[in-house]
Amino acid sequence: MATKPKAAAKGKGRAKAAPKRAAKGKASLANDDIGEDTRLALWRSLLEIRHVEQRAYDLFLQNLIKGTSHLALGHEAVAAGFATAMQKDDWSFCTYRGHHHTLARGASMEGVLGELMGRQCGLLQGKGGSMHLTSVEHGAMGSYAIIGAHLPIAMGAAWTAQYKKTGQVSVCFFGDGTTNIGAFHEALNMAAVWKLPVVFVCENNLYMEYTPIKDVTAVHNPAGDRAASYGLPKIVIDGNDADEVYRTAQTAFAKARAGDGPSLIECLTYRHSGHSRADPGDYRPPGELEAWLKKDPVPRYRERLAEFGISKDVIDGMDAEVLAQVDEATEISKASSPPGLELIDVDVWADGGTAWRN
Amino acid sequence: MAELTYREAVAEAIAQEMRRDEDVVFLGEDIGAAGGVFKATVGLFKEFGPERVRDTPISEQAILGAAMGSAMTGLKPIAEIMFSDFLAVCWDIVANEIAKARYMTGGQMSMPLVIRTANGGGSRFGAQHSQSVENWAMMIPGLKVVAPSSPADVKGLLAAAIRDPDPVMFFEQKSLYPIKGFVPDGELVDELGTAKVLRDGGDVTIVALAAMVPRAMKAAEELSAQHGIEATVVDVRSLVPLDTQTILREISKTGRLVTVEENPRLCGWGAEIASIVADEIFWDLDGPIIRITTPHIPLPAADALEDATMPSAERIVREIVEKID
Repeated sequence: MATKPKAAAKGKGRAKAAPKRAAKGKASLANDDIGEDTRLALWRSLLEIRHVEQRAYDLFLQNLIKGTSHLALGHEAVAAGFATAMQKDDWSFCTYRGHHHTLARGASMEGVLGELMGRQCGLLQGKGGSMHLTSVEHGAMGSYAIIGAHLPIAMGAAWTAQYKKTGQVSVCFFGDGTTNIGAFHEALNMAAVWKLPVVFVCENNLYMEYTPIKDVTAVHNPAGDRAASYGLPKIVIDGNDADEVYRTAQTAFAKARAGDGPSLIECLTYRHSGHSRADPGDYRPPGELEAWLKKDPVPRYRERLAEFGISKDVIDGMDAEVLAQVDEATEISKASSPPGLELIDVDVWADGGTAWRN
Repeated sequence: MAELTYREAVAEAIAQEMRRDEDVVFLGEDIGAAGGVFKATVGLFKEFGPERVRDTPISEQAILGAAMGSAMTGLKPIAEIMFSDFLAVCWDIVANEIAKARYMTGGQMSMPLVIRTANGGGSRFGAQHSQSVENWAMMIPGLKVVAPSSPADVKGLLAAAIRDPDPVMFFEQKSLYPIKGFVPDGELVDELGTAKVLRDGGDVTIVALAAMVPRAMKAAEELSAQHGIEATVVDVRSLVPLDTQTILREISKTGRLVTVEENPRLCGWGAEIASIVADEIFWDLDGPIIRITTPHIPLPAADALEDATMPSAERIVREIVEKID
């Protein structure tokens, strides 16, 4: 079933709406503040993430991806919504479950898949792996595999923006489990005290690794109910609705750029697969996954686009186009050679080398 | 040439670099209005203001995270961790994040930052405020590690650390803060990765670091005056990069090596030097390598106990006379 678009995000200081271009003359809903171009950008982003993650899963099964990996199937709308609302020079930070955020900022598919496969064409030439995807040129400032670490780091990037008065925003994505580690609280407090332009985004998928978050957390909303501790409003949204995520992001970015400090946003979502490659997710109660699949952000947005009068040809055409891109990126990655061994002795230091003695 | 204390040299170096470069910022607990708990940063807040000299909450992860995030986006932060023992509560940011970012991202990230910290014993603070932890940092690939022994070295090496494009762990030995020494006037920038020969002697080479350097010098004078043993004293100054050329050359000259380390016994920096010596100049040695360290214990607080555990000039003399004479 379709979800009605909300009129506007709550709160003051909402960013300017994207140009109103909701298809004239089509059977579209009125008074839309997002516009067709932005909706199609969101759709493309959702599709890119969905198809790349599904491909990553397939490549595991073919043993072409080694090590561990944490898929974001089901989390697409959070990444697409925030990244689409970001400016190019904004900075984003994410966790080891970070393929979606890296792709959403514009990193290439072969860069992502190649890195997962340990190939030369990978974003990090194979030196980082699945849990450390980074593309500084796209403002994707790293995937951090130690829970909590990147909240203070994202806060530090926001300090640069504040100090240099650049107007940039730093966006930090993390899971519900992160809200129980000390770095979360240190970063939130200092960001609030310093009024830094940083937006903390909790992807609450109900499980910290294998354990239900509610079993190990003293409050109902792991991020939302902590916001008051830092003088911030409680914001809990439907993280499977790309439009709602996009609007919420705009509001938070406008606040940050206006010098009014950080936001903490909890996005309710669900991962369709287990925690990692090793986890089939058997601990989830029967029916839970099925219930969430009905709220799958991708088919939901397909319906949304139709409601706003975007033609099936355009919707499906983009789907096919993205899938073809994923096929091509897969072939590029498969054909790419393993990284050269000379990379081992490169890039510990700024001089490019690894020497620790003379 | 002015006579400065070790603590004054800290503030001088930071001020010198902040005047030169707007991107240099400084953060930590009590560093601003209060001037630092060791009074090593007095005057900076007044000169540079609260936007560049920022007091923080007691949040070491936030301090070092802020340093890292700001360094990778264009600032050159100096972060103070009040006591080096507190590095244990933010070691993730040091060891897993700051040290690895450039390598792991295929060179996409730069980390021009300095972590200053008050390290070491001799102040009767007990085992959680007295550790000599430079070895923790030395064993992590991606960190430069500096530990000065004199006011001039504090100023010159700290300035060099601030200008360095890589992350530098800067260990100030807290019992040295009151010591005085002459520091050249004007801009002073030393070179990381260079050891210094402080005394020339033909019989034995003593290799020491930070607070052990003045003790080694005192021991060398005593050895000369009382025992007719002439010691070369090398101040390592920088553990990473390690100036092995200078160190090995000075050991080869005398054929005997004594390391004087404040750290507990296991995995001290002296063990690494002993290993390099054994690998590369074994046949230049005239006798076994001697490592003088604190015993492998948490440092006790009482003055009598602390003095008996940390290597003293007397102990250095005694061990050298017993084992070399």
